[in-house]
Amino acid sequence: MSNIPAELRYTKSHEWVRSLPDGSIEIGITDHAQSALGDLVFVEVPEPGRQLSAGDACGVVESVKAASDVYSPLSGEVLAGNETLATQPELINQDPYGQGWILRLKPTGDPGSADLQDAAEYAAGIAGG
Amino acid sequence: MGRRTPLYDQHIAAGARLVDFGGWDMPVNYGSQIEEHHAVRRDAGMFDVSHMCTVDLRGAGARALLLRLLANDVGRLTAPGKALYSCMLRPDGGVIDDLIVYFLDERWFRLVVNAGTTEKDLAWIRERASVLGVAVVPRRDLAMIAVQGPQARAKTAALLPGACRTPAAALGHFFGLPCDEWFIARTGYTGEDGYEIMLPAESAADLWNALLTAGVKPCGLGARDTLRLEAGMNLYGSDMDEGVSPLESGLAWTVALEGTRDFIGKAALEAQRAAGPARKLVGLLLLERGVLRSHQRVVAGGAGSGELTSGTYSPTLERSIGLARVPAAAGDGVQVDIRGRLLPARIVKPPFVRNGKVMIEL
Repeated sequence: MSNIPAELRYTKSHEWVRSLPDGSIEIGITDHAQSALGDLVFVEVPEPGRQLSAGDACGVVESVKAASDVYSPLSGEVLAGNETLATQPELINQDPYGQGWILRLKPTGDPGSADLQDAAEYAAGIAGG
Repeated sequence: MGRRTPLYDQHIAAGARLVDFGGWDMPVNYGSQIEEHHAVRRDAGMFDVSHMCTVDLRGAGARALLLRLLANDVGRLTAPGKALYSCMLRPDGGVIDDLIVYFLDERWFRLVVNAGTTEKDLAWIRERASVLGVAVVPRRDLAMIAVQGPQARAKTAALLPGACRTPAAALGHFFGLPCDEWFIARTGYTGEDGYEIMLPAESAADLWNALLTAGVKPCGLGARDTLRLEAGMNLYGSDMDEGVSPLESGLAWTVALEGTRDFIGKAALEAQRAAGPARKLVGLLLLERGVLRSHQRVVAGGAGSGELTSGTYSPTLERSIGLARVPAAAGDGVQVDIRGRLLPARIVKPPFVRNGKVMIEL
């Protein structure tokens, strides 16, 4: 059974979103997503300063099995990509909601208005296939 | 729901993630594919390969049938138990399947064919077998477990039926041994030593559980794929199919064109060899970070372009490797189109890894 922290919000494409105290947000992929992908071997993160629109592909996670895009759940400017993942992609497998974060974003609009799911909705979505 | 092998319950108990493979529910991994891969390179791992079909050919005409059906020459099989890898071809040289054939006696040859091609293989073989009086018998009553790795034979030895232990220990590379209701072969698809064991389906769970107790790690199709690719072994349906010949698939070494033997596809291969095949299958090593995947485009400068047929991350090399079909004139330095970026790669001669050792220059 996958871990779905109650304090985060989620996308249907299996990203999680954490609101940080300074108004920025942190984005990664869920435990369910890392488990489905299997051992991660390559991660591409976005450069700071890049402008993203909600739904843009902003990174790539590749496992031994397959490559998968990471989509930005919100519009905004990239503050940082997690460069540690270049040498330790397995951090996403080991700690998807912590050390396995992928990018930090300064949202342009109100992050509360984004079309995101809460933990219960996301859990129901993956249970339903 | 797909078809299930006799070891389905064992897979569930071991925490397998199941995928559809040629209509079968098969384990892709039991947690970490990379750990499974390393277990086979460093110690011992086991694979349920019961989805592959064992086919017995019975009758005095079996050798004559195979001399005609296979691109490799079963005339080379004189020692009982000896195995041979071969392609079975269409008249135009396209590959119907690749298989292993064991010579057991003059009235009994045993084939192991791919799961996804079993029905078309059986139809193709039967069409040519009846006139020679050869019975074609698919052995769905058998399960098959591949135990692979440097410690595979040692960990398996005590678990074989008593009467099989001594002859199994003496088994040479690429030989198989019928013993009681079992068949023990020193073959595999990983580039490591080990056994492939066929046994009655009802005995499979006991052997699996005993191997588990002996410290043999269950491994899924994911690790099987990275291991075979490191070993430079082709996968049917990815690296070759009915649209290409063995000469364009890195399998010229398995084609016996010499002599007067006339096998199906021979004339087409002779013509292709005389003209020079337009394409070749090569190994690729990616020189930058990233992961090669099948169907990525390979740019070979003035020689034109080709395509990855298999690609993966190599856990042993910690680099990305692949097999690609490229123009015959391609030089060693090529580029691969990965999501719109051209990354440099080098053509290398497979295998990448064999018996735990790196075989290419990194």
